[in-house]
Amino acid sequence: MSGILASMIDGLLVGAVYGLAAMGLSLIWGVMDVINLTHGSMIALGMFAMYLLFGAIATNAYLLLVPVMGAGLVLGIVVYWISVHRVVGRPMLMSLLSTFAVNMMVIGIGTAIWSTSPYNVNFSLPGITIGAYTFTGNHITAAIAAVVIALALQLFLYRTRTGKAIRAVADNREAAELMGISTTAVLTIAFGIGIALAGTSGALVSTLFPFTILSGATYQLKSFVVTILAGLGRPFGALLAGVLLGLLEGVVTPFIAVSWIPLIEFGLFVVALVAFPQGIFGRATT
Amino acid sequence: MILKRPFFWIILVIAALFIYAPLHGNNVSLREDLILVAIAVILTSNLNLMIGYTGYVNFGHIVFYGLGGYIGLYLATVRGWNLLVAAVVAGLAVSLCALLFGLAILRLRGAYFALATIGILQAVQAFVSNFDLWGRSTGMYLSFDAYQPLGGAMRALWITYYLIVAVMALSMILSLAIKNSKFGLGLFAIREDEDAAIVLGVNTTVYKAIVYSVSAFLPAVAGTFMFYKNGMIDPSIAFEFMMSLEGIVMLMLGGQGAVMGAALGGGLYEKLRSYLLTSPTLSNFHLVIAGGLLLLVVLFAPGGLIGWFYRVLPRARKVIE
Repeated sequence: MSGILASMIDGLLVGAVYGLAAMGLSLIWGVMDVINLTHGSMIALGMFAMYLLFGAIATNAYLLLVPVMGAGLVLGIVVYWISVHRVVGRPMLMSLLSTFAVNMMVIGIGTAIWSTSPYNVNFSLPGITIGAYTFTGNHITAAIAAVVIALALQLFLYRTRTGKAIRAVADNREAAELMGISTTAVLTIAFGIGIALAGTSGALVSTLFPFTILSGATYQLKSFVVTILAGLGRPFGALLAGVLLGLLEGVVTPFIAVSWIPLIEFGLFVVALVAFPQGIFGRATT
Repeated sequence: MILKRPFFWIILVIAALFIYAPLHGNNVSLREDLILVAIAVILTSNLNLMIGYTGYVNFGHIVFYGLGGYIGLYLATVRGWNLLVAAVVAGLAVSLCALLFGLAILRLRGAYFALATIGILQAVQAFVSNFDLWGRSTGMYLSFDAYQPLGGAMRALWITYYLIVAVMALSMILSLAIKNSKFGLGLFAIREDEDAAIVLGVNTTVYKAIVYSVSAFLPAVAGTFMFYKNGMIDPSIAFEFMMSLEGIVMLMLGGQGAVMGAALGGGLYEKLRSYLLTSPTLSNFHLVIAGGLLLLVVLFAPGGLIGWFYRVLPRARKVIE
């Protein structure tokens, strides 16, 4: 019984990182109605950015989150101008395919450089031992980092002028434009932040588990599940839903083979979509 | 009537060429090239029913092909059924699965549906990788005797080739028939504006479920033949996500919504891909090039090759559909 409890706590900690990844997806989806299929590859790039940075500067890996986040922001802006700007406001099929094309290119280049063999970031913090179970310092620190970043985003969206502009554009782009908000700039920044969040969560994951260039796809699926569970455009809800998903994984992993987990997550995804179209934290919108 | 459409006869001529070309001089390597092209055309044509006609992206289209391969191979070899019967039964079984899946997930609109299709692919792959009867993740292998009913391996290769070319022709004819039917008009209405289609009396849920199910049938049949020909199947080959994605690239490249566009994209991209994969410098980058092509087409030429062709020669619309 205490084994399950330990597994649940572990799931909870990892879930915070899932939540952070989903926040990036949710933000972009909510603001510009674009389902960002580069999400998985950006998570993977975050993992490799951490791997390379940690290889170059052997310091506390969690300090390296800052440069990863900055690089993610810049990369996001570049990707926005290459593949998204022309298709914002066109049928969703177009943005799905254009972001998907970028995803293919990133994965292709990544596979050529790093092949698909597993890598890991060889860094560990001392953990906390309770009875027979040890919670590694990495899991705890990653969860704390995820929560701090999520809080910072929440503050940014609700307390700063730019954040308010982002929410205004998400609500009604035309009205926001009439109020003098430069929507192009807002969309660019929102996309950049979304990608920065994806990259950062990838960097966090890289300190927890081994990864390959293809690992991003797994976390992309989790992000979708979390985003749908939370309801669109609710970044903080995404964090909670992520924790919930992690908790669920923690409960089931002692009992079933890991290869079944995608099946369960997908089932959850469809059930959530059909049963809670507004998300479990959402309220009915008019 | 479909027999009056000139394009129907063009399809038959294409199929005849596919059969004649490798027979001439018993050219086995040409046959192996063409079989891949035919498979690409089958997958793309049926994907076109979803993406081009109905406006619903199916990222997991390959699941039909793989699942059909598994069911057909199991029936034909383990159960010892006739290959044709096994293929048709596999096609029907996969169509039925698609109908059930479809009724569940087609309540989702647009992009949500597209995401669910990724999930279906992963779910089916997870299921098959854990399914004892089908050899879990190691898959199934055919012994050499499995080809005896068709008169030995050598003849079996030719027979499966003809069968696959026949399925290719059927795929294109199916696309053509749907395009010129009332059902097809309903699908186009859904693509243009689903809410308007509902108001005009199109039962969109049923239409979407049917086209999803129909688009599953021929890929599943082709899957049976192809994996029978290859003599083996395992989950990573049968449900290769990459192949599903390349199907989308092919379709966009050729031109979604047009029967010839799907076929053209499938054929051309398959040739390009085999060139890239065998070229020593470019083989690592075939994904990058495919992605770049897709991006260029989506951003600058949403009509694809056939769209460009229609612009240059508007009259061709009547003949090349």
